[in-house]
Amino acid sequence: MTGVQEAPTDAPAIEVAGLYKRFGELEVLKGIDLTVKAGQVVCVIGPSGSGKSTLLRCVNRLEEPSSGQIRVEGIDILDPEIDLDKVRARIGMVFQQFNLFPHLTVLSNLTIAQRRVLGRGKTEASEVARHNLERVGLLDKADAYPAHLSGGQAQRAAIARSLSMNPDMMLFDEPTSALDPELVGDVLDVMRHLAESGMTMMVVTHEMGFAREVGDELVFMDDGMIVEAGNPRDVLSAPRHARTQSFLSKVL
Amino acid sequence: MRRGVLYALFVALIALVAYAADWGRLREQFLQIDIAREQFPEIITIAAKNTLLFTLIAFVGGLVLGIVLALMKLSTITPYRWLAIGYIELFRGLPALLTIFAMAYVIPIALEVRMPFGQVGAGLVGLILVAGAYMAETIRAGILGVPKGQTEAARSLGMSSGRTMISITLPQAFRIIIPPLTNEFVLLIKDTSLLFIAGSTIQTKELTTFTRDAQSVNANGTPLLMAAMLYLFITIPLTRLVAVLERRMAKAR
Repeated sequence: MTGVQEAPTDAPAIEVAGLYKRFGELEVLKGIDLTVKAGQVVCVIGPSGSGKSTLLRCVNRLEEPSSGQIRVEGIDILDPEIDLDKVRARIGMVFQQFNLFPHLTVLSNLTIAQRRVLGRGKTEASEVARHNLERVGLLDKADAYPAHLSGGQAQRAAIARSLSMNPDMMLFDEPTSALDPELVGDVLDVMRHLAESGMTMMVVTHEMGFAREVGDELVFMDDGMIVEAGNPRDVLSAPRHARTQSFLSKVL
Repeated sequence: MRRGVLYALFVALIALVAYAADWGRLREQFLQIDIAREQFPEIITIAAKNTLLFTLIAFVGGLVLGIVLALMKLSTITPYRWLAIGYIELFRGLPALLTIFAMAYVIPIALEVRMPFGQVGAGLVGLILVAGAYMAETIRAGILGVPKGQTEAARSLGMSSGRTMISITLPQAFRIIIPPLTNEFVLLIKDTSLLFIAGSTIQTKELTTFTRDAQSVNANGTPLLMAAMLYLFITIPLTRLVAVLERRMAKAR
């Protein structure tokens, strides 16, 4: 396979520089610079429409950036020569709406990409899948269809699906926003354990408690720009910018 | 009260039709047991068998063609889209009878080609071309009915666009379009009767051609009534079966 070069080992997990994204007339990202180091948990907060989900979706090119640079483990992912599928296989992505495949059982949801993308055999893929289901507390749901899972279970299964690819990093796009309040805790617990295990994570979220306790860095976005970034406790308790203050006063 | 009146009206209507009908003539024209008996076993072993076989061939062929056309129409490559749109408009706009005729007589002469499997093969090609045009639109609608998040999830896992289409999008699209596809199948069963225009041999007669020939030979409509019964005998169990399948799948979702 050509295209994907071995990454320099000391390269940051994610490096975004001068990123712009326009949807026609609308400019959603206006020059974003952001670095996520290996093993770091970076939480991105901000009002809806601030561009935080678009930023996250640019990192694995679900959205095509208008201009700027994105490097994942040192590899320029906007280079047309790279094998994007190979890069994506190393980046786990968790969606607000789970996006489990409804026509497959939970176990098949976890094995299909392992087999089709990584070329793992049936037995190995199943073993990896079961291990990850156990990790998120859903081993007993292996043979269920997604329609029979609660929202919280579905999201944990989706996390296990991403983990089964043994990704180097995980992107979370408002993973708890579609859940009933009583189901949020289980999902956050899984994410907390994941962070403790050393996983590199970029999390777009409204869960300020999670950002404070688990995050290594907090990024506040508004109107397509990063307004303020830093240690989560500092940003949350003593925001420096008026826009951050005004946002936090509404959500805290 | 109101329901009672409606029921009474219904019964009265049936009674009127039964009274008005000339049962003696009907029996004479359409229910000659001797003629009916003479049609066996060929009406089953040749005619009904061919109707089913031709329907299956046209359906499978149309399905494959329909998938290709649907993907072309959804393609980002503009000439592919135009080609698919042109094709679909052409073959949906023409009567199936003319397309079958063209494949059996016009194209072989114009292009100096011989269609495989003789006249019935040429007719079947025409039927496939028409079925593909209709099914393309159905399949396209099914693909568009699969939520965008499904593709995004698959691509995020590193699946290529082709793999995503085969493993994720199409299986879900087909679940959505089972009812309209059943409809296409039933329409095709009946459209096999148009194959007569391509010409047939004794061995390639389907139900309508077979029974129309039997009608002329005997100067009696009995074979036509038998054909009608056999068509229903095929279509009704089929639609029931699909309804059961659909309910089962709904449970799995």
